[in-house]
Amino acid sequence: MSMDRKFTIHRSPALANLERRLFLKRGLSLGALSLLAGCDITDQEGVQRLLNAMSRWNDGVQDWLFDPKRLAPEFPESRITRPFPFNAYYSESEVVEVDGSSYKLELAGMIREKKPWTLAELYTLPQVSQVTRHICVEGWSAIGKWSGVRFSDFLARIGADTTAKYVGFQCADDYYGSIDMATALHPQTQLSLRYADELLPPKYGYPMKLRIPTKLGFKNPKHIAAIFVTNEYPGGYWEDKGYNWYSGS
Amino acid sequence: MQSVLIHPLVVRVTHWINVLAVLIMITSGWSIYNASPLFPFEIPSQITLGGWLAGALQWHFAGMWLFALNGLVYLAYGIASGHLRRKLLPITPRAVLHDIREALRGHLAHDDLSVYNAAQRAAYVALIIALVVMVASGLAIWKPVQLYWLASLMGDYEGARLLHFFAMAAVFFIVLVHVTMVVLVPRTFPTMFTGRFRRTS
Repeated sequence: MSMDRKFTIHRSPALANLERRLFLKRGLSLGALSLLAGCDITDQEGVQRLLNAMSRWNDGVQDWLFDPKRLAPEFPESRITRPFPFNAYYSESEVVEVDGSSYKLELAGMIREKKPWTLAELYTLPQVSQVTRHICVEGWSAIGKWSGVRFSDFLARIGADTTAKYVGFQCADDYYGSIDMATALHPQTQLSLRYADELLPPKYGYPMKLRIPTKLGFKNPKHIAAIFVTNEYPGGYWEDKGYNWYSGS
Repeated sequence: MQSVLIHPLVVRVTHWINVLAVLIMITSGWSIYNASPLFPFEIPSQITLGGWLAGALQWHFAGMWLFALNGLVYLAYGIASGHLRRKLLPITPRAVLHDIREALRGHLAHDDLSVYNAAQRAAYVALIIALVVMVASGLAIWKPVQLYWLASLMGDYEGARLLHFFAMAAVFFIVLVHVTMVVLVPRTFPTMFTGRFRRTS
């Protein structure tokens, strides 16, 4: 199967919306029919409530399973997948163009130093690299090389309250997401500024993405515009549509 | 006429829970497969569960608890009580081949429902193994970093993904044969509810 065929399963917002409605309307019907034959709509909602509760339960189990010292496997550069697939909730022609010269990373929430960061300032911070496997919630995986600032270093530098539960992200492409603090502090969680030793190209999230090799691909936000630290569950673009929030590897 | 208990209550209950659990796991798994097919075919969406990827994943990751816990109860009971050993052992390749040949000729050596013929024993053991592989490869796909040792046994994440697919195909095939045999020997069907079989001789 060609890479194109495999990786063109992208969703426009309109399509995602439609899928969401189909999911609510038709998606449950097969399960509801097989499990609760003859029951009415409230039982379908009951099934959905049960599935949501199980997803929260699985968040807890994954949090418990997560070893903050366990590293994701790293690979030699010869194993890098070329071309590395593009993936987003929109198509590649709709990738947002961020102006690097006027870009400023905003900080909010439980952070001591909320001064916005320019790209030039971010580029001067100590940089690390990793060659790791990106695993998509759809099932496919690809190996890539990312370089940037270790996220735990950055959180320390800005005086983030690392006793808080969540780190949230707002992105220039209207994507949003959040992760648990333990994963934010994992040594391989990285504010990536480069892909394959080049400045992060627009399709991979210019000017900055968060690379988390211990979570599924959709937990790696691109085009990050703002970072905030909070104790209130921030949700996420796909999580609010039904994907499991923790989605750890 | 003598009534013999051939399926203990634990086996009957876990059997029917397993039917529901495997149905949920396979039909939601097909929907997940369709999000990024490993092979150049897709599963018709009419026979998948969940509607779209998020719904299918929710079913799959909820159903896995029912499936795994029920399977553990079955295996713990089967090993502790000696049920598995009594019903499924011994198995010799010669006897299995002989009984498969006989079955294909239409001679089903299954007059006494309390004793499994060699082909049945082999099929049930293969099913149990396939289901265990299903769970192990599923865990490796779900947690390739935390359970790296499990994933590395299977050729890493992508190897575990392939293994998970083939284990599913094996389960599907064995279940298909199993259901076909029940249709061909319908008097076995009520025994999985009552547990009892009336020996006429």
